[in-house]
Amino acid sequence: MTTTTRPAPDDEHEEERTADSSEIGGSHDLSTWATLRRGLELSPELVRGLWITVLLALFATIGKVLTPFVVQQATDNGILAEGGPDVDFVVTAVLIAAGAIVFTGFAQYVVNVRLFRAAESGLATLRLTAFRHIHDLSVLTQSTERRGALVARVTNDVDTISMFVQFGGIMLLVSTAQMLVATILMVVYSPVLAGVVYVCVIPLVVLISRFQPMLGRAYGAVRVRVGELLGAVSESIVGAVTIRAYGVEGRTEERVDAAIENHRVAAVRAQIRSVIAFVSGQAFGGVTTAIVLVVGTVLAADDRMTLGQLLAFLFLVNLFTQPVQQATEIFNELQNAVAGWRRVIGVIDTPADVSDPGADGVRLPRGPITVEFEDVAFSYPGGDRVLRDVNLTFDPTTRIAVVGETGSGKTTLAKLLTRLMDPSEGRVLIDGVDLRDVAFDSLRRRIVMVPQEGFLFDQSLMENIRFGRPEAADEDIELAMTELGLDAWLSGLPLGLATQVGQRGESLSAGERQLVAIARAYLADPDLLVLDEATSAVDPATEVRIQRALEGLTRGRTSVAIAHRLSTAEAADVVVVVDKGHIVAVGPHHELVGAGGVYTRMHASWSAQQHA
Amino acid sequence: MTSATRPVERPRPSPAILRQGLRVIWTGIRQQKKIFSIAVVGSALWALATVATAWAIGYVVETEVTPAVQSGEVTSGGLWMIFLVLFAVLLVNMTGVVVRRVAASIAGFNLQALYRRRVTRQYLRLPLSWHHAHPSGQLLSNAHADIEAAWQIFNPLPMAIGVIVMLLIGGTQMVLVDPFLALIGFLVFPGLFAANMVFQRFMSPRITKAQQLRAEVAEVAHESFEAGMLVKAMGREQEETDRFGAVTNDLRDSLIQVGRTRGVFEPVIEAIPVLGTLAVLAVGTARVASGDLTAADVVEIAYLFSILAFPVRALGWVLAEIPRSLVGYRRVDSVLQARGSMDYGEGRLPRDGAARARAEQVSYAYAEPAERAVLGADHPAEPVTAPVGPQRAMAIRDVTLEVPAGRTIALVGPTGSGKSTLTSLVLRLMDPDSGTVTMDEIDLRSVRKGEVPEVGTLVAQQTFMFDDPVRDNVTLGEDLPDEVVWEALRTARADGFVSAMPGALDSVIGERGGNLSGGQRQRIALARAIVRRPRLLVLDDATSAVDPAIEQAILGGLRETSDGMTVLVVAYRMATIQLADHIVYLEQGRVVDQGTHEELAARCQGYGDLVNAYAREAAERAAVAADEEKS
Repeated sequence: MTTTTRPAPDDEHEEERTADSSEIGGSHDLSTWATLRRGLELSPELVRGLWITVLLALFATIGKVLTPFVVQQATDNGILAEGGPDVDFVVTAVLIAAGAIVFTGFAQYVVNVRLFRAAESGLATLRLTAFRHIHDLSVLTQSTERRGALVARVTNDVDTISMFVQFGGIMLLVSTAQMLVATILMVVYSPVLAGVVYVCVIPLVVLISRFQPMLGRAYGAVRVRVGELLGAVSESIVGAVTIRAYGVEGRTEERVDAAIENHRVAAVRAQIRSVIAFVSGQAFGGVTTAIVLVVGTVLAADDRMTLGQLLAFLFLVNLFTQPVQQATEIFNELQNAVAGWRRVIGVIDTPADVSDPGADGVRLPRGPITVEFEDVAFSYPGGDRVLRDVNLTFDPTTRIAVVGETGSGKTTLAKLLTRLMDPSEGRVLIDGVDLRDVAFDSLRRRIVMVPQEGFLFDQSLMENIRFGRPEAADEDIELAMTELGLDAWLSGLPLGLATQVGQRGESLSAGERQLVAIARAYLADPDLLVLDEATSAVDPATEVRIQRALEGLTRGRTSVAIAHRLSTAEAADVVVVVDKGHIVAVGPHHELVGAGGVYTRMHASWSAQQHA
Repeated sequence: MTSATRPVERPRPSPAILRQGLRVIWTGIRQQKKIFSIAVVGSALWALATVATAWAIGYVVETEVTPAVQSGEVTSGGLWMIFLVLFAVLLVNMTGVVVRRVAASIAGFNLQALYRRRVTRQYLRLPLSWHHAHPSGQLLSNAHADIEAAWQIFNPLPMAIGVIVMLLIGGTQMVLVDPFLALIGFLVFPGLFAANMVFQRFMSPRITKAQQLRAEVAEVAHESFEAGMLVKAMGREQEETDRFGAVTNDLRDSLIQVGRTRGVFEPVIEAIPVLGTLAVLAVGTARVASGDLTAADVVEIAYLFSILAFPVRALGWVLAEIPRSLVGYRRVDSVLQARGSMDYGEGRLPRDGAARARAEQVSYAYAEPAERAVLGADHPAEPVTAPVGPQRAMAIRDVTLEVPAGRTIALVGPTGSGKSTLTSLVLRLMDPDSGTVTMDEIDLRSVRKGEVPEVGTLVAQQTFMFDDPVRDNVTLGEDLPDEVVWEALRTARADGFVSAMPGALDSVIGERGGNLSGGQRQRIALARAIVRRPRLLVLDDATSAVDPAIEQAILGGLRETSDGMTVLVVAYRMATIQLADHIVYLEQGRVVDQGTHEELAARCQGYGDLVNAYAREAAERAAVAADEEKS
């Protein structure tokens, strides 16, 4: 679990904490190769047409290696030619080199553009896949991670990958090719010295491969810190009202500062490790040159090679060590990318526990709907049962009210009914079909829930209501508002339906937001409408008006309303009373009210409030 | 539907990008003087060692290798000499690289952290109206991606400075050998400069657009994830994915454009020094032929050029980073420069007894979200409080509200009549556009920051839970003994379910309130307010999700503990209204009537309709039912 005080932990501590922190796919720990493989599988664009790019890149590299060669030729055989400088030869060489540069430059441009296109297309696909999957995760899974951290999964974590897939991957291929060419040339010049170079490279390979996991963890820690940072910042933004109302800016600042500082420390730490990796590559280059020169001197003194050959070999060593050093740098970048990739893949590979049966799913025809609960029980992961032994049947076209104390399990019932969650035991059936077997597109069309805190998008009222039925025309929406008796409220808004509601609908009051949520559901026109305290913040007169309108809507449909205001129960055909996770009574209001149970007490208390 | 289609006016690049970019770099250097100087020293070491490597190889070849080869005899001393000279230079070089890279990254990340602190402080300081105009996702992107864009340039920067050191050394050598040839070589620099100017001109608008789209991607993601349950309940996953896909694809296209521009620039920047080398070669050969120069001189200059060609690219990297850095900085700066924050005075409020609150002739209109600002636009610091026009919704008009000390006042009115706005004004969550709000006759604008929350507390309609244990959600960081917390939970009737939770006070409530029901969250929010023993308690329909019996118990409990407490309560339920000494009835942002319940019920029709709605409804239903039975 995330805790309030987050001291900068040492590494061991950190891993422990990460493993058990509340984040989606947090325990996901793929190896570098597995991550790469899965990453490429998720973004096929990254490798599409790659061979052409590789060929072009090799071409460009040959051009780059060719230029110093031409310069050397021009110097040795032109300027230093026997019998004075050979101007014609130099000019010819220079022109050839210039041509090669222009050609190489063009090839490099094409390579760059191809790489950018492939990388960005691949990453866009990855973003989209992750985004979609987050929405496919169940409400419960979603809520284990803070919004800010979830946003990081589709933004910064993906951005981290871009550097590597733009240049890293291809540079690695090109570097390998360059190493191969250099190796062949070295062997041709002097097999002994080539052997020396390869002996020198062994410690580096061992060191780097040992170092990779450490580097990977360091970059992984940075990604976690970024998630926490964005989580903390998001909290400070979304909680703006509460923070101001309670004057807890200081505390919030401290928390955000701690997240910022933790991120800084993690980032610097990762950077230092990458410097160590880079410098070992550099050390390899320098030490190899020195040793080759020493051994070469011995060989040359022994007449086994000429001084000229030795100097030429030094040039080849450079040709070999340069890409090796580059490779250490790319491995750093690779670990950084893998750290980001792991987090995105972690989300994508988290199974959607409440999933769409998809094409195999049953599609039910529209029309009156029957709902049955069969021995349903539910408990939150690691928690107590909040609902048990639920056996209920809702007949078509009835109006059902679910009442009970706060925390008695009413909302859980609604979430099971709409398949926002699946029961731990038992089945929920509509028209005799298990909800788990109904295709989502069919299910969501037939069943719509209006939650207590309706979310509004930062758009106009009109667009927010249209969310209920995207194909609805403006006139349909206007008509719906009239039918719900909301014209009076609308006319109080200067721009009517064109009014912008602000972020999360914050320009409206909670009651107004509920009105929009109801209008949205009304427009969606489902066969089963589930209202979870949907009018709790609306004034009584408006509520009564809406209720009447909804009755018009629900006539011929099934409706389930969860309510504290027992006026809803009075108007219902059937009242279901929930108490401490059990269904304690089912029946019409007039029967239950005199039965002397929980409902009788609740109703008495409610009536007393109305007429006090 | 998509925010991508929203006409966003994107900032235009101004001509002097390079100059401004350098100014940003200078701003950063000034704030990290020490560590940056260390990085530059490291970089200088590296530069010297790099030049010295070529010299060292030449030196050992001349003094050790050649004699050994010629004489056919090697001494171990000679071999050690070769190794040690090269190794010494290598050590200096490595030290330089480590110091440069580590110090540079520390400087860069320090700057990032510094600006993150500044930006997030600003988020906390700016008024709610500013927040209304800036989507959360964009602010998130600003605090991360923009700041990163602004300061990432500090990674290649010290190296570029090292390259300048190298160029100075190399340049001096070249001038010493042959000024004329050196001059030809130096023509490379105007070439680089010109290429860079062209590049900046194309790059700036593209980077600006990309950075804005990055923010929009974050915005859509943030909003969509917040709406997660709604999206699911309505089965709109595909539509949301399409919406996200639209901005993501825009970002992709925009980044490909950026890549295309970079793709041209990089080969050009790489080619220019090489072409310079070739020019030196050609001209040098001609000068050798005409007898002005020796062949060895040309070879030396060409060699100097060839070792400088690669590092010069580091200059290119810095130049290529400048537009991005500048754009990021501008976006960050526009937040830092944002005005419209609340002004505070030095005054204090009394701490004892019930508070008296008064709003006099206050009006307030919400900013239309259409006035939304784009971060880093050309005129970033526009005041958010635009003039009141017909398009702006007046939430409250000329309202005068008197909340006498120790009394309970109820605000009643239809949905959207301005009750919540009025409560926000009373506690100075916002300042009214006109009129004044006082507490104990002291203008709230004249008191220090943090003073009002010490005295008055709001329980809002929509509860906000922190990703913290129950205890911290109640105390909000104040050091209070558990008994006090339990006492507050008891008054809010939250002790029962909290003690039933596995960790009791230590159970962590997730950001979205975890597995708590709306009513449970409201009760924790109430405890949060009660525990502070405010002198003025404002309940904005704070029990809407609590069932009637519990609400009664809570209000009863409040009554017992509320000696010395003034209560302003937004209410619909009769039971709540009954608690009030005085009722203020609002409609469409105006006070229509006020008095006791009996007075209002007798003379104010709107009020009567509202509070009697359920009773009338019940009566009508009963009548209908009776009719049906009769027939």
